[in-house]
Amino acid sequence: MKKQVTLKINNVPVTVDEGTRVLDAARAAGFHIPTLCYLKDVTNDGSCRVCVVEIKGMRNLAASCSTVVREGMEVFTNTPKVKKSRKTTIELILSNHEKKCLSCVRSGNCELQALSLEYGCDPVAYEGVTKKYLPDDTNPYLVRDNNKCILCRRCVAVCNKIQGVGVIGPNGRGFNTHIGCAFERSLDTVPCVACGQCINVCPVGALTERDNTHEVLEALADPDKYVIIGTAPSVRVAIGEEFGYPIGTDTEGKMVSAIKALGADKVFDVDMAADMTIMEEGYEFLARLKDADAKLPMITSCSPGWIRYIEYYYPELIGHLSTCKSPQQMFGAIMKTYYAEKFGIDPAKMVVVAVMPCTAKKFERTREHQSASGYPDIDVVLTTRELAKLLKSQGIDLSKMPNGEFDNPIGEGSSAGLLFGATGGVMEAALRTVYEVVTGKEPEKLDFKAVRGTKGIKTAVIDMNGTKVKVAVAHTLQNAKTIMEQIKAGTADYQFVEIMTCPGGCVNGGGQPIHSAKVLNTTDIKTLRAKAIYKSDKKAKIRKCHENPVVKKLYSEYFGEPNSHKAHEVLHTEYKKRTKFE
Amino acid sequence: MSNNFVGTAEQDKAFDEVLKELESVPGPLMKALQKAQEIYGYLPIEVQTRIADKFDVPLEEIYGIATFYSQFNLNPKGKYTIGICLGTACYVKGSGDVLNKFKEKLGIDAGQTTPDRKFTLDATRCIGCCGLAPVLTVNEEVYGKVTVDDVDKILAKYND
Repeated sequence: MKKQVTLKINNVPVTVDEGTRVLDAARAAGFHIPTLCYLKDVTNDGSCRVCVVEIKGMRNLAASCSTVVREGMEVFTNTPKVKKSRKTTIELILSNHEKKCLSCVRSGNCELQALSLEYGCDPVAYEGVTKKYLPDDTNPYLVRDNNKCILCRRCVAVCNKIQGVGVIGPNGRGFNTHIGCAFERSLDTVPCVACGQCINVCPVGALTERDNTHEVLEALADPDKYVIIGTAPSVRVAIGEEFGYPIGTDTEGKMVSAIKALGADKVFDVDMAADMTIMEEGYEFLARLKDADAKLPMITSCSPGWIRYIEYYYPELIGHLSTCKSPQQMFGAIMKTYYAEKFGIDPAKMVVVAVMPCTAKKFERTREHQSASGYPDIDVVLTTRELAKLLKSQGIDLSKMPNGEFDNPIGEGSSAGLLFGATGGVMEAALRTVYEVVTGKEPEKLDFKAVRGTKGIKTAVIDMNGTKVKVAVAHTLQNAKTIMEQIKAGTADYQFVEIMTCPGGCVNGGGQPIHSAKVLNTTDIKTLRAKAIYKSDKKAKIRKCHENPVVKKLYSEYFGEPNSHKAHEVLHTEYKKRTKFE
Repeated sequence: MSNNFVGTAEQDKAFDEVLKELESVPGPLMKALQKAQEIYGYLPIEVQTRIADKFDVPLEEIYGIATFYSQFNLNPKGKYTIGICLGTACYVKGSGDVLNKFKEKLGIDAGQTTPDRKFTLDATRCIGCCGLAPVLTVNEEVYGKVTVDDVDKILAKYND
C-alpha cells in the first residue's frame, strides 16, 4: 500500500495516497473544481489556470491539477479570491476566442461555453486586439481553426504522448503563441496520420472533422443516384450517445431505421466486409506461414491512420502489411462490382456512403488503388458524429425509431466482424477462422480473452494442433512504435500482429461522439463501448466470419476462393513510402 | 524543404561534431540550436530536421523552441545586420521613423534580409545606451542621435 497523506480540503479532513494531485483529492472528497486544460492520464501542465485553489501558506493560487498533496496541507477550493481569479481567467480566454457560438458545431458541447455560464462571465469583458488566423482546411479529414483555439494544448498532448506523432505544438511566444506545425506548414504537408484524436479532446470548436454531410443530402435528393449507406461495427455502440443513451449502449436496430428514414436505397452492415477481410487476411497469413521467404510478422491493414503512420515513419517495413483493403474499402468494392453486376445497377450511378468512427477513413477513401470497379470504391465517408448531425438536421430522433434490420442480401455480418471495433477484435476474429482452417475443428473456446482489454500491447500463443502461432495486439501509435522497433531489431517474436491507431481501437476513434473532460476524467468510454460489442457477440448466432452465409455466397458466386485472382483485383491494395516534410 | 539551403562541407563537419558531443548531454536541444546557428548563421528546416532526427524528437518540438526564443533566426542573415533600437527612449526620439525609412530604402520588413543577402533589418529592444537615442547598430558599429536624413549616408558606408 502506498504511504497515506492527510490534508484538509475546505476544512474537511481527507486521506489519500502520497503523490495524489490536489484536484483528484478534492474530487474524491466531493468538491468540484472546474478544469479546462487538464485531461486525466494525458496532460496536467497547468497552463489554463482555471483549476486554481487557495492553499494556506502559499503566496499565490495553485493549479490543483499539477500540485501534489502534502501532509497537513489546507486547501480551499471556493473562496471569493479563487472564484474571482477563475472568472477573470475565463474572461481573458474569451477575449481572444472567436465567439461564433451561434453557428459553431460544438455549441452545447463546448467546455468553454459551459465554464463561461458556470462562472457568469462577460464574454466581452476585455475588448482589445484579437489574433486572426486562416483556418487550415488543406486535407480531406479535418479542419483546424485557430481563431477558436484557446491554447489548452490537449491536442498537442494527445498527438505527442498517446500517438507519438507530434506534428502539432505551440509555435511563437506570448500573445503570438499558436498551435501549429513545424515551419507553419499546413497539415497536408506534415506527417499527420489523420487519426482525429486531437478532435476528440478539443474542448472547443477549433478542431472538427471535414463535414461531408451535404454530399449525402445531395445524393439522397437526386433520383438518378442509387444511395447505399453502410455502417462500421463501432458506430452502433456509440451513436446512441448523441441521442441521450448512456455510453456503451448498442442501438443497432434504431440506427438502421433512422438511416432508412433518411431515404437511403439500401442500408448495409460493413461487418460483412469485415468478415471478408478476415477471410482474405486469414488465408494470406496462412500462405505466409508456409512460405519461407514471406515477411513475418504479418500486420493488419484495417486502420488507415496506422497505414499512414507506417508509410511515413517505417516505410522499410511496409512488406509486413497485409495487402488486404480495409473493411470500408472492401465494402465499397464489393458494392460496385459484385452487387452492381448482380442487380444490374450502373456503378457510375451508385453513391456508396460509409459511416465510420474514424476521420482517417476520409483520407483512405482518396488513396490510390481503391477503385476496383473503375469508380472510387467509396464516395463519401461520414463520422459517427456527422451521421448524428445529419439525422438531427432532418428531424429524425433515433431514440424513437423502431428496431430495424440491415437490408439483404448483403446485410448480414458475423459477430466476429463486429469485434473489429475493439482493440484485439480483428485478431480474435482471425483466430476463430484460422484455427478452424488449420485444425479442421472449432476452437474449444470461441472467446480469445488474452487479446481483449485495453493493455497497450497484448501477446498470446495459440496452439493449433501443434502449430504454435504467436500473436501481438497493439493500440495507439506509441505502442505500434514499440513493435516496429522490435521488428527492426529482430526481437519481434510474433507471426501475426494487429495494430489499431486509436486508444482502445475503433470504438474510441477520432470520429466518435465527443465527451467533455468531466466525462473523460471519470469514465473509461472505450471500455464501455467495447463491452457493448462483446455483449452482442456473446448472443449472436453467427460468431465466425467463414460461417456468414453472405461470405459463402460471395466466394461461390463471385470470388471463387480466398486470395483468388479476382479477390486480389477487387479486395487487395498497395502501399507507398511517404516523405515526412515534402 | 527550402530550396536554397546548402551547408558547406566545413559547416556540416563542424555540426556533426557538435551533435556527437551532445549525445551524452541531458536536454541537448537548446545547445544544439545555438551551435547550429553559430555554424550556419540561421536555422533552416534542413538543419532543424537533423537535430530532430538526431535526438528522436518531432520536428515541431524543435521549431517550437526556435520560435519561442528571439535569439534564433529562421532566415539567413545578411552581411550587415542593422539593428534599430525601439526601446522607450529611442522610440520617443523617433526611431520608428528611422526604421520606416530603412524599410523603404531596402524594400524589406523588420526581421527580413535583402535578396542579395547584404542587409538584414532588425527592430531591437533597448540596447542600453539611451543617452545616444535614437540609436542603431550595423554589425558591431554604433550610430547615435540618428535622424531620418542620416539613413542614406549610413547605407552608403556599406556600399561595397
